[in-house]
Amino acid sequence: MTRSAPARSPQDLAETVSGGIGASPLRPDGTLKVRGEFAYSSDLWHEDMLWGATLRSPHPHARIVRLDVSRALAQPGVHAVLTHEDVPGENIYGLKYQDTPALAEDRVRFQGEPVAILAADHPEIARQALKEIEVEYEVLEPITDPERAAHDSTLPKLHPDGNLVRYQRILKGDPDAAAEVVVSGVYEIGMQDQAFLGPESGLAVPDDDGGVDLYLATQWLHVDQRQTAKALGLPPEKVRLTLSGVGGAFGGREDLSMQIHSCLLALRTGRPVKMVYNREESFFGHVHRHPAKMYYEHGATKDGDLVYVRARMYFDGGAYASKTPVVVGNGTTLSVGPYNVPNAKIEGWGVYSNNPTCGAMRGLGAVQPTYAYESQMDKLAAALGMDPADLRIRNAMSEGSTNVTGQVVDFPAPVGELVQRLKDMPLPPERTGAVDIRDLPGGASNVTHGEGVVRGIGYGVTIKNISYAEGLDDYSTARVRLQVIGGEPVAMVHTAAAEVGQGLVTLQQQIARTELGVPRVTVHPADTSVGDAGSSSASRQTYITGGAVRNACRAVADAVYALAERRLARSAAGMSLAGGKVVAADGEVLTGLAELLGEEIVEETREYHHRKTYPLDPETGQGDAHVQYGFSAHRAVVDVDVELGLVKVVQLDCAQDVGKALNPDAVLGQIQGGSAQGLGLAVMEEIQVVDGKVRNPSFTDYLIPTVLDMPPMRIDVLERPDPHSPYGVRGVGEPPTISATPAIANAIRAATGLELPRVPIRPEHITGT
Amino acid sequence: MRVNVVVNGEKRQADNVWEGESLLYVLRERLGLAGSKNACEQGECGSCTVYLDGVPVCSCLVAAGQAEGREVRTVEGLADGDKLDPIQESFVECGAVQCGFCTPGLLVTAHDLVARTTDPSDAEIREALAGNLCRCTGYEKILDAVRLAAARKENA
Ligand code: FES
Ligand code: FES
Repeated sequence: MTRSAPARSPQDLAETVSGGIGASPLRPDGTLKVRGEFAYSSDLWHEDMLWGATLRSPHPHARIVRLDVSRALAQPGVHAVLTHEDVPGENIYGLKYQDTPALAEDRVRFQGEPVAILAADHPEIARQALKEIEVEYEVLEPITDPERAAHDSTLPKLHPDGNLVRYQRILKGDPDAAAEVVVSGVYEIGMQDQAFLGPESGLAVPDDDGGVDLYLATQWLHVDQRQTAKALGLPPEKVRLTLSGVGGAFGGREDLSMQIHSCLLALRTGRPVKMVYNREESFFGHVHRHPAKMYYEHGATKDGDLVYVRARMYFDGGAYASKTPVVVGNGTTLSVGPYNVPNAKIEGWGVYSNNPTCGAMRGLGAVQPTYAYESQMDKLAAALGMDPADLRIRNAMSEGSTNVTGQVVDFPAPVGELVQRLKDMPLPPERTGAVDIRDLPGGASNVTHGEGVVRGIGYGVTIKNISYAEGLDDYSTARVRLQVIGGEPVAMVHTAAAEVGQGLVTLQQQIARTELGVPRVTVHPADTSVGDAGSSSASRQTYITGGAVRNACRAVADAVYALAERRLARSAAGMSLAGGKVVAADGEVLTGLAELLGEEIVEETREYHHRKTYPLDPETGQGDAHVQYGFSAHRAVVDVDVELGLVKVVQLDCAQDVGKALNPDAVLGQIQGGSAQGLGLAVMEEIQVVDGKVRNPSFTDYLIPTVLDMPPMRIDVLERPDPHSPYGVRGVGEPPTISATPAIANAIRAATGLELPRVPIRPEHITGT
Repeated sequence: MRVNVVVNGEKRQADNVWEGESLLYVLRERLGLAGSKNACEQGECGSCTVYLDGVPVCSCLVAAGQAEGREVRTVEGLADGDKLDPIQESFVECGAVQCGFCTPGLLVTAHDLVARTTDPSDAEIREALAGNLCRCTGYEKILDAVRLAAARKENA
């Protein structure tokens, strides 16, 4: 196998662009990406490399009676076949709880669980050889009902402690309060998939020191490193990870997939091993969004003031814990939404089952309750005879509100304003006269010409915690170096933070340009040779890694001032950096950075820690659990063909407070992309699981929105700075995904008058067939 | 088997190609042209779109042998040396690229649309791009980019 040219490194960014914070400079990786030269993890190639493949369980629940790899190993072109017995370290990992085997031992707990791995010369040889591995299973009855798993102690235990991952209760005010107007409902949400386009993939290269270098797409290099090293039985410094190009993530790359497997194979064969999942395997190889069943009751006064919320919610975590504990924490603490509620009784259960494992996905733990409470708000508005938007505005929390866990919101919270702004936006024109049938539900394949099509409007509002919660010290590290290259001062930023498409590399440059006043900034490839940056998730990277880059830049600037003080024999007080020069407090240019630094290199490493949060009280659920909130609201206008059950979202408008838009164009991109994922959950996206088995692991049957499904959007971005965060930023990435879903669901209800207590809403739910 | 193709104007040859290998695999793994992407390998996402004798196709659905003697143009062949094609420029300028995994396939599809249509309507653009999935952008900025490239071509 020969290859003409190696792909270029993803962050080999010779060119830099201008633009500090508040501007929208072009992505430094954009040119490589449009040229097809950006090296994604599945593009990596090494002379002499082998291809890895994974044998997965066909059963959701089974005992492994016999496992024999000898026939597979004898195949020509096969270099290694490994099982759990070949795992040199601990064959167990996990993000919150250590409960997931790297390779199954005596039992499999979900369909698709990895049982054996092998390496071969060609991916097809590898695939064929998998069939030669002999596994004898004793098939067991799967546990598939999460509500039963939470309460029925007679069910078999999937893990030593039983089938409950976490239970959390929250009590506020009088949990048994009564009210004049009461509405209740039971809501269900299906299993959504992150469906990032770049498949799980990576290249593991064994090193002479007995260690391994892994180039991969991930969201958090250090957490992968820790888990992988433990399984390999190596010290972390011998397992070096470098971020490769990432084709989207959305939470689906938080858990391990091929990390341990590719390294095991590389270390065993002494050769580089590449692993790339195909789309079907990708559906089995990563965790999904937790499906949920939620029982809600809202009580209000006749005037429309919320009196209480009572809710019970069940989150199906599937076979392993992954992020289930966090989903229960977020789900319960955000359960009443961005509303003032004096009394509440909330209970959340996260359980093990033999369904596919669920973990992180954009909007973690907030998507499910938001769909439920926003459905309830519309129901309540109907019961009160009120306008749904006005009911939301009336109860909206604001700065100074106390949330359901007793935490005071000590930063701007313009929830009512977001809804009001949407309400004030113009609506699309009513359809009149002849219509372009491409604009109707179902598009060109539709059989009606507008008869039987009704229009509805709906709102969705959400609150999402930003960053990790409940007492976690969630920090990031940045190293910044300033030196003169080619006669010009150049800043280099090095972090382990993962660029997954969101634009973090651009932002790191913007911050360094702003803080150091130098136009030329390069970003070092993210790897584990610098301190931990935490995960590219929870809408936290701009906030936390942005803060770390800012801190490191300021430390570099201070070192420069000290140097100037010594060299120029004048006080450093009031000095600043701008345009590549050191400037005195009165604006006088003291010296050029290039002259001042000469050969000298200034380098500083700093961390950023957000303010402290605290665990929830296990009994009452009270506590200051969250760092910050993001708020967004959507208004959806939909057309529904009630005869065919088809839905067309005509317009989807969003208002969001971002604190401070460090890169306004990137903010819009996040809102548009997030809204599309919320639309997907509302009307099409679901992994269909029957008896623990996935029925639709392909893009033929798991539908994600196309350009025909996404309507035009009006976006209104508010900037109400958070005094506690760097530059006043507020995490942006998740809220728009969350509020889009209920807005669309509410609009479909408004159009049809149907209850529709489940998303995604399918045609048969509308037609009742 | 041996497969001969003209890729981006250059005669290329791949040896020991397996029966059943796709054109996408040959491009990516044998000819070192990793620009065309492998997102589904089932003809569903459009990430692997290339021109085959001037017609956009999903290269994951083309058997390597079918490409024998034919002309392939990939995303790597859109730019003229260092000069980006206008459609590439407008994707960068409009922020139509986030993770970028969908970008190469979208670019080939959009390049074809802009080449054969003057002043495409929104409905035409949407129809043309409907076979290319993007999970990151929500498509809005991709539409902007295609409109910009089309407008520039009109005014050129
Ligand atoms: S990779 Fe060819 S269509 Fe998806
Ligand atoms: S930019 Fe990520 S899939 Fe389109």
